[in-house]
Amino acid sequence: MSRVEIRVTISSDQDIVLARQKGRSLALELGFSSGDATLIATAISELARNIVSYAGSGQIALKDLQGSSRVGISVTASDNGPGIPNINQALRDGFSTSGSLGLGLPGVRRLMDEFEIDSKPGQGTKVVVKKWRP
Amino acid sequence: MAKRDESSELLRELVAHLRQNRTQLREEWVGSISETRLLTAMTKEEIFAEATSVYDSYVEALETETFEALQAYARNLSERIIPRGVETHEVVGIVLLLRDVLARSLFAKYQTDFKKLNRILDAYEPAANRIANTVAVGFVQERERVIRQQQEAIRELSTPVLQVRERLLILPIIGVIDPQRARQLTEQLLRGIRTNRAKVVVIDITGVAAMDVTVANHLVQTVEASRLLGATVIVTGLSPEIAQTLVTIGVDLGKMNTVGDLQGGIEQAERLLGYKVMALAEPN
Amino acid sequence: MEVPILKQGPVLIATFQAALSDADLNQLRSALVQQVVRFRSRGVIVDVTAMDVMDSFASRTLREIAHIIRLRGAETVIVGIQPEVAFAMVQLGLTLEGVATALDLEEGLAYLNQKFKTMK
Ligand SMILES: Nc1ncnc2c1ncn2[C@@H]1O[C@H](COP(=O)(O)OP(=O)(O)OP(=O)(O)O)[C@@H](O)[C@H]1O
Ligand SMILES: [Mg+2]
Repeated sequence: MSRVEIRVTISSDQDIVLARQKGRSLALELGFSSGDATLIATAISELARNIVSYAGSGQIALKDLQGSSRVGISVTASDNGPGIPNINQALRDGFSTSGSLGLGLPGVRRLMDEFEIDSKPGQGTKVVVKKWRP
Repeated sequence: MAKRDESSELLRELVAHLRQNRTQLREEWVGSISETRLLTAMTKEEIFAEATSVYDSYVEALETETFEALQAYARNLSERIIPRGVETHEVVGIVLLLRDVLARSLFAKYQTDFKKLNRILDAYEPAANRIANTVAVGFVQERERVIRQQQEAIRELSTPVLQVRERLLILPIIGVIDPQRARQLTEQLLRGIRTNRAKVVVIDITGVAAMDVTVANHLVQTVEASRLLGATVIVTGLSPEIAQTLVTIGVDLGKMNTVGDLQGGIEQAERLLGYKVMALAEPN
Repeated sequence: MEVPILKQGPVLIATFQAALSDADLNQLRSALVQQVVRFRSRGVIVDVTAMDVMDSFASRTLREIAHIIRLRGAETVIVGIQPEVAFAMVQLGLTLEGVATALDLEEGLAYLNQKFKTMK
């Protein structure tokens, strides 16, 4: 059950900044510490940048998570880009097809509590990550 | 609208009944509280005093159909009884008992007029449930606040960041570190570096018995994050077991600044800070 | 959003005002390199105090800046990384290896001055 849903269309590097700012304020609103809000904003930045770099455009959706005994935030990054042929490889530290550091996806996984990725060549990519308030 | 008015009118009648029979109903309630062995942490007198206030707030909430006063009272009550070890189920329990004591007295009063009884109960039930809910939520929130506060206090105590000299911090870690504590520790150290403008930090882990891979990773991250703030970290008291764990996760111990014991660590820190050099350079 | 670059003796100081976009970062990189050449600066301080997120792109750009500036014979130091930002960076795996860091502007200047002395 969630009460808030914020969608940010991602099509340029400006949108990356917007998405992570929205993510930070939602996290703070939900009672995350500012340290956690920074982790969440950083993860959003990575996911949004991958959309711009590899798919051209897509969307970031931010939602609150209201569990029976805990509160959290979920971030969904989705695009209709080329997709990822080998997900395991993409999740490895240092793997990059763009000559970058290859830390984005594995790093996001470390920053957040839950990480799910769904991607097929030619069908786009969807990454859902969650973090729970301690 | 008509329905609303009728319900208000019924509630008024109800309130009058509860006021009239205050002494007797309150006694009955207190009786059933001790029968069901709730609030055992409190004396009979205390229970009676609190019960009186709760009863009056309860009736007032029914009368005014506003819950702010009750909410404030519930919070205040919680603040007083939480340190005594009263549990959530007890608070919810006594409010539900009161609801039932009052409902029973309504049965008794209106048993001859079944229609009226039904209408009264229809008006009473939602209000009574809201009251129970308000009190329970107030209690749980207060309890959570107290627990959070206590945890904070314990954590602050168990991870002291000591400033031994200008620009030099020591973080002696003792005991078992779980990931949560490790995180707390890092955040505290990083803040400490900033506020004390520290240039060197000695993390002493002599008192750490064991370290799993997650925590070892955390230690490495702490060292790296400190450097990002411009501080050098020296790790002292590394046991062979922990050193092995670090090697296992791929840490290059040669890159990490390690010194055998705390004393040696402090000496190296002072060299890094240039204390000796300064003393020599000082004109006499 | 343009990043202002201040010249203070042999040192250039670039202060990030707020959250920067990729384009801003790229612009900063070229501006810094140009000015280092133009003023024959010996040191560059990049002050990131106001940055609330340092992701892989920003981090890579800072590394590149430090690298290119070194090729021009000058030293770079990054100052003002916030504790929370530093924590997020290392979780992500960004450690700015090979790049000098200091607590704040004052420390950064002290670091560069020390360097200049030993370089002479
Ligand atoms: N949304 C996406 N669409 C298509 N491919 C993607 C997408 N996201 C990631 N990838 C692929 O997965 C690889 C790994 O991504 P990751 O974010 O971990 O590293 P990177 O973007 O290459 O480098 P860094 O994020 O460190 O700058 C990318 O190089 C790219 O090939
Ligand atoms: Mg990436």
